[in-house]
Amino acid sequence: MNALLSKFSATDADSEIRTAMDLAEEDGLTDAMWGSQAGFGQLVQGHAFNIPAVPNPTAFLRLHTDDHADPNCKIKIQHGTTTLAFRFQGGVIVAVDSRATAGSYIASGTVKKVIEINPYLLGTMAGGAADCQYWETYLGIQCRLHELRNRERISVAAASKYLSNLVYSYKGMGLSMGTMICGWDKTGPTIFYVDSDGSRLKGDLFSVGSGSTFAYGVLDQGYRWDLTDEEAQELGRRSIYAAGHRDAFSGNTCNLYHVKEDGWRFIGNYDITKMHYDGPGAVPGSLGSGYGYDVRTDNRFSVLPKPVSA
Amino acid sequence: MPDMSAIANPQQRQFNPYAENGGTILAVAGADFTVIAGDTRQSEGYSIQTRYASKVFRLTDRAVLAVNGFAADGNMFVKKVKQRLEWYRHNHAKDMPLRSIARLIQTMLYAQRFFPYYVYNILGGIEEDGTGAVYSFDPVGSYEREACRAAGAAQSLLQPFLDNQIYFKNQTAARGYSHPAHLPLPDVLSIVIDSFTSATERHIEVGDGLEMYIVMAKGQTLPDAVTNLLPEELPSTGDGERVFVLKRDLKKD
Repeated sequence: MNALLSKFSATDADSEIRTAMDLAEEDGLTDAMWGSQAGFGQLVQGHAFNIPAVPNPTAFLRLHTDDHADPNCKIKIQHGTTTLAFRFQGGVIVAVDSRATAGSYIASGTVKKVIEINPYLLGTMAGGAADCQYWETYLGIQCRLHELRNRERISVAAASKYLSNLVYSYKGMGLSMGTMICGWDKTGPTIFYVDSDGSRLKGDLFSVGSGSTFAYGVLDQGYRWDLTDEEAQELGRRSIYAAGHRDAFSGNTCNLYHVKEDGWRFIGNYDITKMHYDGPGAVPGSLGSGYGYDVRTDNRFSVLPKPVSA
Repeated sequence: MPDMSAIANPQQRQFNPYAENGGTILAVAGADFTVIAGDTRQSEGYSIQTRYASKVFRLTDRAVLAVNGFAADGNMFVKKVKQRLEWYRHNHAKDMPLRSIARLIQTMLYAQRFFPYYVYNILGGIEEDGTGAVYSFDPVGSYEREACRAAGAAQSLLQPFLDNQIYFKNQTAARGYSHPAHLPLPDVLSIVIDSFTSATERHIEVGDGLEMYIVMAKGQTLPDAVTNLLPEELPSTGDGERVFVLKRDLKKD
């Protein structure tokens, strides 16, 4: 009775504190957020997302953010585009483009679509940029906790399953991600494809995003298990170039990573336009000339005939 | 007979808590400084609500946040970021580093993943290593460190200009010369002022006033060319980074 009384009395100091706490709780703030954990503190204890108070929150989100159905909607979420990864004799090659589009506007040409989860795990970004960035950072935290608890690195299979189960628990709520979790564990080089629909596939070769069909075209053609490191890196670059050239939503630059037994290594950043005209530069595996076919046509074009010399 | 048309025709209602308030923001990072700017017009549709509403806010001695999109969401978001930074100050007896503020903003935006803030954020300031930095965000928290970024109504007018003038895109240096990695402050300020006067000429939602925040790294002083523009210095807590504000009028039609 006393508790009930104080709950509805609006004068004492107690109720003032309670009001303040209620207000903080409404914002999804917990004690954990007061420290330096930048909000990740509360993640460890379970998530508190703010949901709009409408009968169908998912329809609300779609109404305001889905730019495929409605190009005029206000909130344009950045979308990623061409990513690929393949397994071969010398480890795993991960190559991605760097373009982010919001509708038809190129929002950025310098996006990091390879997310460095930890020194031996990489994740790729396709779909919602924020979804991939946020959840793969969160996965990094969980992988570190696994190490501390088990005195052993997490396997790629376990890490990818953690992410898969996590996004599956949000199924139908509007998350959008298509990612490849790549790494080297006790079983050797490994790639898992994980997406927000709940798929989780183990495989040797994947490409994800709007430019994936173009990348697959080059990748399938040149792929062999016994590729040398240099050949494999060149195949990754060449495939992303093809996607950047033929897919309007892909382009700008290519970021290339190589995963080996001792973890991943960043190989380089290559301008796709430069690769078209001059090739990737003096790098191992490069043929030394541009990828574009105009170097092979001797300036003969159907629309612009070669001027007849006198 | 009562009017039946309201009953006969299907009606649809929806919850629309968002508005678009126009305006544009912009930030450029230098070697040891950062400039963060925004116009001060706030509009809804074709009517101007006010000619002076700030979109750029100082967070700490070395961090400035610009917000654009839905003004109500933006103001609320800035308020909450400032609150979290104050808690951090009480807990740690120091200001939060810039890169940590960037990560904090990501988690705060992503906490609203299913009910997003309709706000585009640009964070500018000085990193712990003394370099100028700009971080840009999408409404749900994806972010990236860059050297320059424009957002808002005139984003598509300004960004190509900045790509050309700051990153020297599609420019070839004269033989024997190379493009500088960072521009000096007076050059950046004239680019920023020119950007906004030009955007005002060609975009109806941009104009009225311009606020430019300049964050100087520790030990750096303003060049004479900038001191002559009479910037106002904001009070800082220590002898580290310094924040200046420069205000300019923009056309009001």
